[in-house]
Amino acid sequence: MPDYTFVVNGKPVTVNAPGELALLWVLRDKLGVRGPKFGCGIGVCRACTSHLNGAEIQPCVTPVAECAGQEVTTIEGLASGDDLHPVQEAWLEQDVAQCGYCQPGQIMAAAALLRTKKEITDADIDKIANVCRCGTYFRIRQAIKSAAARM
Amino acid sequence: MTCDNEVPVPETRVPVRRRQFLTFLVAAPVLTVAVPGTAEAVIPTLPQPAEILDLGDVLILAGTPTAGALAVLSVGEDGVVTLDLPRAEVGQGITTACAMLVAEELDLPLDKVRVTLADARPELLMNQLTGGSNTMRSVYGPVRQAAAAARARLLAAAAEQHGVAVERLSTRDGAVILPDGRPILYGLLTSAAAQLTGVFAAQPKPASEHRIVGTPQSRIDARAMVTGQFEYTLDQDVPGAMPTVVRRPPTINGSVRSVDSAAARAMPGVLAIGVVPTGVAVVAETFGQAMAARDALKVTWNPGTIDALSDKEIRDKLKAAALPFVVPPLLTQHVDMEFDFAFVSHAPMETNSAIADVREDRAEIWAGLKSPIVAKQTIAAAIGLPESAVTVHVVQGGGSFGRRLFFDAAIEAAQISKALQRPVKLMWDRKDDMRHGRARAASHHKLRATYALGNVLTFEHRVASVETDFRHGLGEILTATAAKLPVAGNLSFAQTVFLTTCKVPYNFGVVTSLLNEVPLRMHTGSWRSVYSANTRGAEEILVDQLAAKMGKDPVAFRREFLKSARQRAVLNKVVEEGQWGKAMPKGFAQGIGFHDEYKSCTACLVEIDARDPKNPRVVRATIAVDVGRPINPRGLEAQMLGGLTDAISTTLRAGLHIDRGLPLEGSFSQFHYARQKDAPLDVKIHVMPATGEPGGAGELGVPAAVGAIANAYARATGVVPRSFPIIFPVDFEPFPR
Repeated sequence: MPDYTFVVNGKPVTVNAPGELALLWVLRDKLGVRGPKFGCGIGVCRACTSHLNGAEIQPCVTPVAECAGQEVTTIEGLASGDDLHPVQEAWLEQDVAQCGYCQPGQIMAAAALLRTKKEITDADIDKIANVCRCGTYFRIRQAIKSAAARM
Repeated sequence: MTCDNEVPVPETRVPVRRRQFLTFLVAAPVLTVAVPGTAEAVIPTLPQPAEILDLGDVLILAGTPTAGALAVLSVGEDGVVTLDLPRAEVGQGITTACAMLVAEELDLPLDKVRVTLADARPELLMNQLTGGSNTMRSVYGPVRQAAAAARARLLAAAAEQHGVAVERLSTRDGAVILPDGRPILYGLLTSAAAQLTGVFAAQPKPASEHRIVGTPQSRIDARAMVTGQFEYTLDQDVPGAMPTVVRRPPTINGSVRSVDSAAARAMPGVLAIGVVPTGVAVVAETFGQAMAARDALKVTWNPGTIDALSDKEIRDKLKAAALPFVVPPLLTQHVDMEFDFAFVSHAPMETNSAIADVREDRAEIWAGLKSPIVAKQTIAAAIGLPESAVTVHVVQGGGSFGRRLFFDAAIEAAQISKALQRPVKLMWDRKDDMRHGRARAASHHKLRATYALGNVLTFEHRVASVETDFRHGLGEILTATAAKLPVAGNLSFAQTVFLTTCKVPYNFGVVTSLLNEVPLRMHTGSWRSVYSANTRGAEEILVDQLAAKMGKDPVAFRREFLKSARQRAVLNKVVEEGQWGKAMPKGFAQGIGFHDEYKSCTACLVEIDARDPKNPRVVRATIAVDVGRPINPRGLEAQMLGGLTDAISTTLRAGLHIDRGLPLEGSFSQFHYARQKDAPLDVKIHVMPATGEPGGAGELGVPAAVGAIANAYARATGVVPRSFPIIFPVDFEPFPR
């Protein structure tokens, strides 16, 4: 099996894995980075949403080979130490999480959106297709608007 | 309520460290029986069973003998107070609400309270079940009393240490305050308090003195969740427990006939493969490799238990099972309606999962479990160990909605661990979770109301449902066994649940609600609000139609026929805040629904955009809720929001199609649970002021919203929906079986 070297949350890592192995399992099972959650394995529930070079990806459908030499950021890497990202702050302010399982993915999706767009509309937020089975969508909406205002 | 009789913690279970103290307290939750007063003029309806004794009361009664042992509190030298709670947190916010109760009684900042989830404690008998919207109802007394007694001990310790009368001491901010104003931190008193002998009676504070309880608080676990630090079952590190998946049959309850695992065994990362009762287990270094090897297995299967059944056959069985009406429609004016509801997956975001480490002489299990005692007892029997050799840890779950009442992943993980002689970390993939997991049972509803001279004379509801599995019993082996008995058994259990949960909140003369269940050997289970979402949802639709026939506005009609002033106040709140009756553009409409259960009631007013009837969206919702005594209004609002989203999903788009013994849906691209684009742009939730003891809240939000959404859809489109979800095509290519 080949070795792949890339950066996870600012730290270089090298893993030995089949190239087609999904990044999610490299993160969770080989590197112990367990913030990204499994929810579907086919990129539709988006609970694992993370960033590749700052853009949103679903690690459950991203082969590890595609990450070689790239920069992966998971929910664990979003804050700067104890200083939370504005999206995380907004999530706390709105008390969004219920079971919390989808929230790392929701937050990473919102952070990716706010990175590219400063003026956020309801239509923009509607495009975030992450499933929240607890049904916190309205609080997510409010939190994204609040985060946009903070940024 | 008084509290006394401290009982020491059994040392075998919880080590009592010298510098800590722990306490058990005997509490006596009082069963309150409220029979609502009747309105005048309308023809009163006799109280239904659920008005006299609801399921929550039954659960509290069953738990009464052990209520005193429920709350285990410890005060650490760091001043942190820990409550070991014998309930399951799965997102409903009970750990935060319980922390608030402890903080309140001990005059502690909320961030000085930790709440852990207790391992299975068989000595609690029927008092370790998380269900029936019953946690806050059942722990409100015992947790406050435990904390009040802890405070009494800390006060007594300070009094002894400083030679002052207890009456001259007070508590504030996690400290006992001496008469001269000096604070003595609890952490400095805990050792002395633990060594005191005697009984320390203490009354919890009267509600009028509450400073935390009843105020909006954020979740105590939120920061860990938003930073990715929160650990669910699969995030636990258990030495040697490797990723494990199971290849499952092509139809529900099928079993392995033969396996050719040669190709799979040769794949990278594969560690072990073995047959278990539910399929073929594969252990690998990563879940990705385990799933790849699982897919490479060549398996032939024995048939399942419902191979010949698809939706049509099931619906026919249900229609045939609906019991006849009593009142003939001959001489009176009447409204008859029938409704069908599809199966619905629980689909919590965290799929069924468990960790098991089974050794020759002992076993240890980790999972999100709402009935851990019966899980422990059943697992012990399944793997041939004495109950005392099996430790079952309850891990906070990533959603449940009723799903984690069942412990099928835990027992399967134990069986795999035993068969393969290694610890395993078992995860169901989403396809299996939807197809071989549990679901809300499909149901058929037949309703008839008769009326004359402006009054409703009779109201009949005949519910025919696929059997809802209650074989978890009341969470322990005795009632679980009773639920499994071939005669009566689960169906009797189901009748009890139906009768103690579903009630018509209106004065509709002679009311009869009857359930008849069709036992099919498939995996069902209580789904948030159990029978009420469908049963009460259907009734709320009929109420709108009845109002129309009688020439009345849906709100005015409900106001007239609701049984109590408390119910009318909740209705009036949404009518006012949601601007009932305002002008709406063509294709838009308002709809209203009401629901009363578990000593709580709620009204929901939605606005729907159904300009395209095939693509409706609930755009606005106004909810009012009276739970008697809200502990954490912010958490309560979250529960109502979740109930609303569940109602939007199951009313409009989310369901399972059964095709020849298996659900077709296998992921969230096929099972259409609401996404952000389906959620309202505006939601306002109004929590009514406290008036009494806490009622249930976790399931309350679904049924009223089901009625409101269906009614809004009917008013917007002119078509009264009869089959749910309303938009339910097979709009996907099903995964291979």
